[in-house]
Formats: sequence, structure tokens, C-alpha cells
Amino acid sequence: MKWQKFSKDLKENQTGMVEKEYGYYAGCSLEGTASEYDTSLRVVLNTLGVKFREPDDWSCCGSTPAHTVDHVLAAALAARNLSIVEKSGLDTIIAPCPSCMTVLKKAQYNMKGSDDFAAKVNQLLDEPYNLGVETKSALQILLEDVGLEAIEKKVTHIFPDLKVAPYYGCILTRPPQLAQFDDPENPVSMDKILSAAKINVCDFAFKLECCGAAFGVPKRDMVNRLTYKVLSMAIDAGANCIAVACPLCQQNLDLRQEQVNRTMGSSFNIPVLYFSQILGLAFGFSPKEVALDKLVVGADNLLKNRLTVEEWEKMREAEAQAKKQKGKKAIEKDEQSTEETE
Amino acid sequence: MRVGVFICHCGNNIAGTVDVAKVAEETRKIPGVAYATTYMYTCSEPGQEEIKEAIKREKLDRIVVAACSPRMHELTFRRTIEKAGLNRYFFEMANIREHVSWIGENRELNTKKAIEAVRMAVAKVMQNKPLYSSSFKINKRVLVIGGGVAGMQAALDCADGGLEVVLVEKSPSVGGMMARLDKTFPTVDCSICILGPKMVDVAQHEKIKLYAFSEIEDIKGYVGNYQIKIKKKATYVDWSKCTGCGACMEKCPSKNAYDAFNFGVAPTRAINIPFPQAIPKKAKIDPKYCRQFTKGKCGVCAKICPTKAINYEMVDEIVTEEVGAIIVATGYSLIDMEKLPEYGGGKYPDVISGIQYERLLNASGPTAGHIVRPSDHEEPKTIVFVSCAGSRDKSIGIPYCSNFCCMYIAKQAILTKDHIPDSQSYVFYMDIRSPGKGYDEFTRRAQEEYGVHYIRGRVSRIYPKGKKMVVRGADTLLGTQVEIEADLVVLGTAVVANSDAAHMAEKLHISYDTSGFYVESHPKLRPVETNTSGVFLAGACQGPKDIPASVGQGSAAASKVQALFSKDMLESDPAIARVNINTCVGCLKCVSTCPFQAIKDKELKDGRVVADVIETVCAGCGVCTSTCPCGAIQLQHFTDNQLLAEVNALCQM
Repeated sequence: MKWQKFSKDLKENQTGMVEKEYGYYAGCSLEGTASEYDTSLRVVLNTLGVKFREPDDWSCCGSTPAHTVDHVLAAALAARNLSIVEKSGLDTIIAPCPSCMTVLKKAQYNMKGSDDFAAKVNQLLDEPYNLGVETKSALQILLEDVGLEAIEKKVTHIFPDLKVAPYYGCILTRPPQLAQFDDPENPVSMDKILSAAKINVCDFAFKLECCGAAFGVPKRDMVNRLTYKVLSMAIDAGANCIAVACPLCQQNLDLRQEQVNRTMGSSFNIPVLYFSQILGLAFGFSPKEVALDKLVVGADNLLKNRLTVEEWEKMREAEAQAKKQKGKKAIEKDEQSTEETE
Repeated sequence: MRVGVFICHCGNNIAGTVDVAKVAEETRKIPGVAYATTYMYTCSEPGQEEIKEAIKREKLDRIVVAACSPRMHELTFRRTIEKAGLNRYFFEMANIREHVSWIGENRELNTKKAIEAVRMAVAKVMQNKPLYSSSFKINKRVLVIGGGVAGMQAALDCADGGLEVVLVEKSPSVGGMMARLDKTFPTVDCSICILGPKMVDVAQHEKIKLYAFSEIEDIKGYVGNYQIKIKKKATYVDWSKCTGCGACMEKCPSKNAYDAFNFGVAPTRAINIPFPQAIPKKAKIDPKYCRQFTKGKCGVCAKICPTKAINYEMVDEIVTEEVGAIIVATGYSLIDMEKLPEYGGGKYPDVISGIQYERLLNASGPTAGHIVRPSDHEEPKTIVFVSCAGSRDKSIGIPYCSNFCCMYIAKQAILTKDHIPDSQSYVFYMDIRSPGKGYDEFTRRAQEEYGVHYIRGRVSRIYPKGKKMVVRGADTLLGTQVEIEADLVVLGTAVVANSDAAHMAEKLHISYDTSGFYVESHPKLRPVETNTSGVFLAGACQGPKDIPASVGQGSAAASKVQALFSKDMLESDPAIARVNINTCVGCLKCVSTCPFQAIKDKELKDGRVVADVIETVCAGCGVCTSTCPCGAIQLQHFTDNQLLAEVNALCQM
């Protein structure tokens, strides 16, 4: 498999040391439908030595419904949580769910941009928020704070059968002025992180396409159509598995796959894993430990072929040797042809 | 001392927000001012007459005009007072338009500020000394940088006018972008057929000295007397022996060299002649791909060359040329397609740029004029053109229109239909910009006669689907999403300045804008001049431009050089640095800080070493005066005393 060429250099931690402690804002999804994301991400962060703790008494981030009603109120819901984190002495918060992340970042952005707005928000809070907390997605923490080298060091197992289409969804890197991370039109952070864990990554053109988001309830047909497109493009890209970083994307692609098959006449059976589950497996954890049993479409078949890094390296060496032999012959042939032209 | 002050209304430009009568009234109270008046348009002929008459009538010996920026009319008024018998440096301008009336709305504050500006000018003019310019000889040779169509036109016009021309081209052949085009809009005539004769003229003209595959290393001097260091890059082929037979290219075993002329549409050989009509038609080796350089053995070309022209030991050579004026015609580049990830540029082989498509269309291109998909070499039937690929997109820092993409896309769509009659072309556009002569008719023809389907809207994403490329965009006229399954996608990639444009500008001491294009002296009235006298612009280095505009500018720049060279002597500006040898301690700090190398050390008769300014080289920037620890080096017309007088006048109010 040809590994993808990355167009943009992202800033990443080269030292592999993470000193500080983070706030960990799980949000509602990670306690419910996306508990496997929570389980696996905790496992991964612990393995990489990232210290984190949940803020006491955290509340709803406001998500999508709040800002459709009132921007100040929405910001207050988010800022309450940021203020708790700030008070506990932490300056960075991990928000694994992109919806939470966007809302938290947006509150910070708008409050920083306008004193007037900040005053209105603070009026609604018990404790004023002093803008001292930066929100980062899980991918951002892994890339910028942990670094690819540290991830690579922790890899113990290789899954040669896995061919992953990394799927970012709509808001992980957008809007750019809010996300301040990765390329808004061609994100590569997940590709890089998975590649560092020696996972085969496909060049996936629909990494940003809409999954249908929350329209699964009011407009099921539309969501079926959209998820169909994403799934079929993943198959076309040569993937046998999709990696996600968003509970809603996961739900639409995984839970609705049967529904899509029924309405669109397709026969998809492609597992949709959180990137953290894949990392956990690469770090040597069992499927159970990364809550793989929570998936609707099972991934067991793809994980049967499981090698340790040593075994895999031996295999690669043998392959390289064979290739070298072949290459030598090619060069000899080439030189012959040169002589012929002379 | 009798100072006369003339305060201009400038119609309503100044009088609208400044009480000019009050300014005149206050000015009359300043000691030394013998006369102060206001005038509707001081720069007009009667306005200037008024100044001349007042000088005689009131016996004035210093003049202040409070009006616009000195950049506009300082020279006008200097000439006026010179005609009335005063030294032209007994004149000051107080800028009460750009610095006062245009930027403030409060009439009272504006008036106060205008009075202050006039007081400063009066204080300075009373300290002014008469200065006299000396004259120097002009070297009537001209350097043209860039051998594209603009540079060639400029070079030929200068040479036809009898001037000696040094033409420097960085690539191995002259011709520039136009030489790569297949046809030109709106006449659809063969590009190289109309450019070829010009290229031959450039090569054969006895007055033109061509340095191909050469770059400007260094520029020293000033208008009339430049010393240019030119780097002749190593070609590893002795061009005095090379006949351009092409035998080496045929036999070269390294077949995967990047072809810069064809924008990488297909590979070329490590030793190559860029195209059949190249001028000069000489081979050069690309050491990045040549086996002799990469592997240390090969030597095929050296063996095959009938004239023994190959020389692997060749090194870069520096030559010096002396000229009196410079025409900059360095052209443009195109945005790297990898900066458009949503279009898959650089990732999918069947998404190509307009210039690459031009090479596919061209009979002397790598496909001999057959349109084929780069991926599988099949003939495409559905072709989608995407205009504004990068242009007019603030998010990637290109807010401007690239000028000619609309037109070449229409041309390429027409040619596509000619090449493949059963093909269908689509054009995604934001606006069709076709304001030139015959241009709009041309784009209409593409739509009406050639059935090119124009879709108004931007493309959001291009992705592969099997062998096809799916182009997804909006049709804003229908208000729907469109998806077209194309065999080939052509991006009208944005025009950008050359990557080394800023570097070149610094060598030339000319300014460039935020996009890297060179800035003309005045956008309307001095379009080919720069703010550095002796340096002129032509073509797309000043901004995206099509062929007629580039040629027009080439000729315009040439005529400016002819006008400059019509005199035998030039007058130097006396406002330059001067050393007072009595106070100079010879520390020579000024020598190291002067950006123009205009100061050197001089030994006096008593053995003392002092700094010495070379009059003709000094540009009057004033860096040395602020460096000098003992105030020995002074910029004439801007001496410490003169500037302090201004500050004093301001502080005493």
C-alpha cells in the first residue's frame, strides 16, 4: 500500500514529553452512545502518559440547539464549563467530541473578541470566566502535545489487513478561524497519527463530506443518501474500515448502515471505528479493552491478522530483501540498455 | 529675509475643511514672512504667474507653498521660482491636503494643524541654502531583464531606436509564457507563429546582446550609470560549439527529467533543448537528473555530440555589463496546484492547470497536439474548466483577478471542440471577464457556436470516481448543486508573482505590493515608471496582464528609455550627503552603513583619514547622517539645523 503524501506540515511535538495536566470534557455523547470513544481514548491517553481529569460538576456544552436560540445563552453554557476548568488551575481542555469542541472554542473566540459580549455572558455565570482555557480536540492533543514519535514508540501490534479511510466530518477543522488546527479543506492530522501507528491509510476524497449530522430524525432520506455517498467513496478508495473522531459521524455511518442498505439497495458491511480504538489496538489492548463490542458493524474479521511489531518487521525485511534482488536485476538491465544505446 | 507664503484652496479639497484665509492671516504674523496670500489653484498657470509677480513686487527671496504633497507639485514650483530668478532650493511645500484636509473633518483643528505645517515650512525655508546640481554623462545602453514577449518587445524597440541592449533571460530560451501557448485569443492564431519572428529578431539584432540561462547577480549604480553583474549559469554544453542538432537529447538514457518548459506534463531527457523553436537553440544538461552527475558515469552525450560541445566541468560564470537604464520584464508564475487541496491539484493526474492543457493542445508539445488524459492516455470526452482556481480567493491570500483566465478558458474550450468534435466542455465561472477588444464576442462564440456549457458558480470539490473525476459545484443561476463526471479537469490557476520577485525588487530598489507585483510610479499616469529613476516596468511583473497589454507596456517602457537617453547629460540631485572634513573623526561607521556603497575613505594631505561621499552614487537616503557620531556628515537640504528649525517652530507654538 502506498502511503499518502501529506500536503501540509503541521506543527507537532518533537520531544514526546507531556508534562502538564489537562481538563477532560467528555460531554454527553461520550457518556452514552459514544462510550466506546470515551473508553478507548482514556486508554490511549493513559498509555501516552497524558494526565487528565474531568472537571467537577460539568454541565451541557449547549451543542447545536443552544446557539440556534440565543448566542449569549449558548456561550454561557459553554463558558460555565470553561470557568470550572480555569478555577481548578488547568489551562487546556480536551474535548473529544467535535460538537463540544466547536462550542467551547466559539465561546472563547467570541468572548475574547468582544468585551461587551463577554460581559453579557459573565452576567449569566456564577463565576466570571477569565478566558484562560484553551480547548483542543483529541487529535490536536495527540499531534501537537504528544507528538507522532511518542505514538510510534508505543505501538506493539500491527494489523496488516486494516485499510483505513480517515473521516474527519464537517467541524473538526472548520471554520478555520475557530478551529485553528489542520487544513480546513484537506485535513491530514488523523492520517498522520494513524500512519505513525503503522496503520494503512487510504487517500479518502470524502474526508470532509457531510454525514447528515442531526438530520437523521427529521430528514432520514437525506441522511441515508449522504451516508451512502461517504460509505461508497470509502469502498472506492480501497478502504475496509472507516476511522472517525466524532460521535455523530460514527452513529450515522455505523448505526444507519443497515438502514442505508435497505433504502439505497446497497450491501455495505464496513466497520466504523473511532481513531482512538484503532490506536488502542495498535498499542496492544484487546478489542474488549477498547470497547469494540459496542460497534454495530463488527470489525473482528479485519483484526484476525495481528502481528507483533517484531514479527512484522521481520516480514518487512524479507519483503525488502526480495525487492532489492528484483531491483538489482532492473538496474543491471538498465545499464545494459545504456550500453546498447552507446 | 523675505518669505512669501501661498496657500492653495485646491478647489474644495483644502478649503472645504481648512479655513485658508485664517491660515494666511496667522502666517502674516510669523517673523520673516513678508507676504502671504491664498489662491484657488496655485498650481495653475495664473497661480504660478502670481508667485512670479509677487517675487518681483514684494522682493521675496524664499517661497513656501501650502498645498498638496510635494510628490505632486514640488518640481512645478521649484521651476516657477527658478524662472523668477531664485535658487530652486529656496522653496518649501507645506502639505496641508494629504496630511490635513483629506484626513480630518474638524475644520477648527484642521486649520490649526495647517497653520503649524506652514510655520514649520517657513522655519525650514529660512534655513535653506542654495544648492546647484551638477551634470553627468549617461551610458546609453539598456538592460532588459526577462525575455518574454514584453521584454523582447522592449528590447527590440530600444534596439531599433539605435540603443545597445543587454537582454537577460533566466531560462535557456527567450519566449517566456507566450512561447508555450498553442493559440492566442481572440483571433485563435498560432502563438509561436507570431512570436517566432520576434524571437529570431532578438537573436539576430546586432544591437541586442542576449544572455540566455542567466540571472542578475547584483546591481550597482544609479540612473545613467549602472554596473550589472550577470551570472551565466552552467549549461555543461559549450554553446559556441553546440549546433542544436538534438542528437544528444535523442540518445540520453535519463528519460525522467522534469520538463520545466512543459510544466511537467511529460518528462524530458536530462540533456535537452526546451522546444523546437527555442532561441538560442542550444542544449543544456540538468545535473539533477544527468547520470554523469548523479551516478558519476554515463557520458553518452559527450560521445555522441558531433561538435564535442559537452563539458561536464563547466561552472557558473559572472560577467559585468554597464548600462544606463533598466527595463524589468520578469513576468509571472502560476499558483502551485497543491495549494488547492479541495480540487485535488497535484494529487490526481487528471486535474491539470491551464498552461499544462495548453501544452497538450500544442503541436510541438509532448503529445504532438493530441488531447489525452495524463493518467491513461485516453482521449477525454467530457472536459471541465474551473476558472478562478485560486484567484479572487482571500482565504489563500489572492484577492485579485488573474486577468486573462476567462479568455484562455474560452479559447481552450473552442480548441477542444476543434480537436475532439464529439467532446463536451463545461466552464464553471464566477463572472465572465472579457472587456478587451473582440473579447466578449469571443466568449459568446464559445457558448453559441461551440456549445460550451457555462455554469455560473464555484466548484467546491473534485474527487475521483472510477476513471472519472467528479466535479461538484453550485449553479447559482439555477440555485442547485451540480455534479459533472469529467474525463479531464482543467484549472484556471491563479497568476502569482515570481517566487524571487521580492528579492529582485530589493536588488533594483523598487517597491512591490503585498502580492509581490512591482509597483508603478502612478497607477494611471506613470504606468511603466517606478519610483526609482532609470528603472522601468513592462508586462506581468507589474500585475496579471494579457499579451496585447504586455506588448504595449514593453513598447511604452522602451519609449521612456529613449526619452531618458535623448539627453547626453543628466542632472544630479544636489540633496545628497556631504562630509564636513573639519569635524569628521574618520571612524568610517558611515561607510559600513551606506546601503548604496556611496561612501569611501579618503586620506587628506595631513594624513588624516575622513569619509568621502561619491556624489553620483549617493541616493540621499540619510542613513549615514543618523549614524555619524559627531554630526560631520549632513544630508544637504535636510541638515540637522534645518530639521531642528522645523521642530523648534512646532514646539514654540
